[in-house]
Amino acid sequence: MAEMSGAEAFVKALEGEGVETLFGVPGGAVIPLCDALYESEIRFVLARHEQGAAHMADGYARASGRVGVCLATSGPGATNLVTGITTANIDSSPVVAFTGQVPTSMIGTDAFQEVDIIGVTASITKHNIQVTRPREIPPAVKAAFYIASTGRRGVVLVDLPKDAQTSVEEVEFPERVEFKGYRIHPDPDPRRLDRAATLLASAERPVILAGGGVIASDACGELLELAELLMAPVATTLMGKGAIPSGHPLYVGMCGMHGTWEANHLVSEADSLLVVGSRLSDRTTGRVEEFTEAKLIHVDIDASEFDKNVESWMRVRGDAKLALRGLIERLRHISTREHSGWLGRLEELRGQYREVKREEGEGVKPPDLMRALRRLLPRDAIVTTEVGQCQMWAALHLDVYAPRTFLSSGGLGTMGWGFPAAIGAKAAKPDVPVVDIAGDGSFGMTENNLATSVEEGLPVIVLILNNRVLGMVAQWQRLFYGRRYFGVHLGDSPDFVKLAEAYGAVGVRPGSIGEFEAAVKEAMRSEVAIVIDVPIDSEENVFPMVPPGRGLREILVEG
Amino acid sequence: MNTIAFIVENRPGVLFKVSNMFRRRGYNIESISVGPLTDRSLARMTVTVEADGRMLRNLIEQLERMVEVVRVKPLDRRRTVMREMALVKLNTADPMAREEALKLVNSHHGLILDIDEMHLVAEVTGTPEEIDRFLEEVRPIGIVELSRTGATALERGSVRL
Repeated sequence: MAEMSGAEAFVKALEGEGVETLFGVPGGAVIPLCDALYESEIRFVLARHEQGAAHMADGYARASGRVGVCLATSGPGATNLVTGITTANIDSSPVVAFTGQVPTSMIGTDAFQEVDIIGVTASITKHNIQVTRPREIPPAVKAAFYIASTGRRGVVLVDLPKDAQTSVEEVEFPERVEFKGYRIHPDPDPRRLDRAATLLASAERPVILAGGGVIASDACGELLELAELLMAPVATTLMGKGAIPSGHPLYVGMCGMHGTWEANHLVSEADSLLVVGSRLSDRTTGRVEEFTEAKLIHVDIDASEFDKNVESWMRVRGDAKLALRGLIERLRHISTREHSGWLGRLEELRGQYREVKREEGEGVKPPDLMRALRRLLPRDAIVTTEVGQCQMWAALHLDVYAPRTFLSSGGLGTMGWGFPAAIGAKAAKPDVPVVDIAGDGSFGMTENNLATSVEEGLPVIVLILNNRVLGMVAQWQRLFYGRRYFGVHLGDSPDFVKLAEAYGAVGVRPGSIGEFEAAVKEAMRSEVAIVIDVPIDSEENVFPMVPPGRGLREILVEG
Repeated sequence: MNTIAFIVENRPGVLFKVSNMFRRRGYNIESISVGPLTDRSLARMTVTVEADGRMLRNLIEQLERMVEVVRVKPLDRRRTVMREMALVKLNTADPMAREEALKLVNSHHGLILDIDEMHLVAEVTGTPEEIDRFLEEVRPIGIVELSRTGATALERGSVRL
């Protein structure tokens, strides 16, 4: 028990959670918090827009596995967080967002910079809380960090009215908080694991599909062990990329709309499909009715994902790591069915794809850029992506060797996410290079964070695949709308090299793979952000592609 | 129509969050009734909703994952007693209509709460279907105003939520 202001209690509670970095933009309703932070060791990273602050917290969380924290003022500060919060929550990234609020006596009066952020964020957060007085702040902070970082991770928003920050009263800092209605179910039902193991052992055509939950629960070692025990091909979702190292003989790449030839065919043809930590979104399944012929075992910590999109043969509720361990223990004692024919099928598909795929044409090709980038980056470098063609080129052609080194906005598909997320990742992992693989359209949405990168000493590398067009929309218009391009051409503005220089960053424009390689080498030595602007053909398509509404096997390899 | 009973934290904003989740996931609430438990930090909600097996199961899982929701249970109608109350104002200016109204209210074990030369206010309690039947019968008399509470329910025997 000690007497203090709500703002002091806020800072002490953050320190108690081990918060080292806070991303945000201040404003009138959080000045008391800023004043209390003045005395703290917590690093404040000043974003130039609250959306960027939320994405930075998200990138920090995904790169480190720890809770990312952001702060915004009331009203427009709070509403500017909305895209960032939604992006983090749908991808189960642990983020705690704090918003200022008008004093409690003015709530509901449409006061200056008042917005009902609790109402606004109810369906885009895991939980949200509004406090009314100082002594509610420590338990609210404790609850926020606990809920954000346990079970299926997500975003918790805490709204702090100004008088709750400024008034002074006796406050206590609880070690833990109790919830009547929040329970996590990490332990899978052993009988379900028995049945799942029996099914997998007797499978002729087993496949494992790993989602982001495998990375979230730190279960990548178990995933690999199980795959090798079963000799089962492993596909990943976009969020699962990094759960198994690229180049592993059993890894077949991403499954879904821009999945690989092998992954899409194997998932469709499987007789037993073990899905771990995935929502089975429409971008992963394609047309649901044709997703798979397999008996589907669905492992997830969130029971509301079972049978939501795809009906499962069996649901296993629990933590991915515990479930995979349970399966490994059982399968060590059961002999698995011989299925060399199935691995032969995998080789056959790999061969087929080498024959059908085409990478023709002049100029610098995005897949070559991805491979060149990978050759130069250390294995633990972190890559974030923007959204659209650049994202899918990275997902398809950039090898990834470790979890939490490939970060992308999967569920919401937020253009402008990758760059601020890269800054957040750099704050979490200052010793590894961080690269944002961007398009010119996406980068334009949050490019103002160059100021943050330069001023805060968080140098990241931005690789712009510059096609002067909103590439994925243009690709759909080209393939499915008879080339009737509408609203997609961005023109030559801005000059990203000059833009970078205007912010005090470095800009380069390589015209060949050789020049690109030199630029990446320079970038890794650079002490400020560097924008590598690579002109590519505006008619470039991302293949393979499953047309929207089609089954996974209706995969196009050319236009 | 399915009935779900659940216990929530009795705090401002919880009803909003629950109803917002129904809207967000595309479920239409047919009726909802809420009241505190003897432990007033908790409240019990009873919702009737149009949902089939898989949808109903998903709805229950969506409720369970909400931090404010403590317990959830779909109620089996055969093992549940269910009641709803309706207040009905009838146009009884015509003495014949008034006599008919009194007869129907009595036959449904209702109460007359208010009566004057022009109108009569009746209270009827029963299952939602019984209330529907009563309303069907009094409709020819002329319903001036109607207020229904929505169903509330308890399971029979020793089971509890």
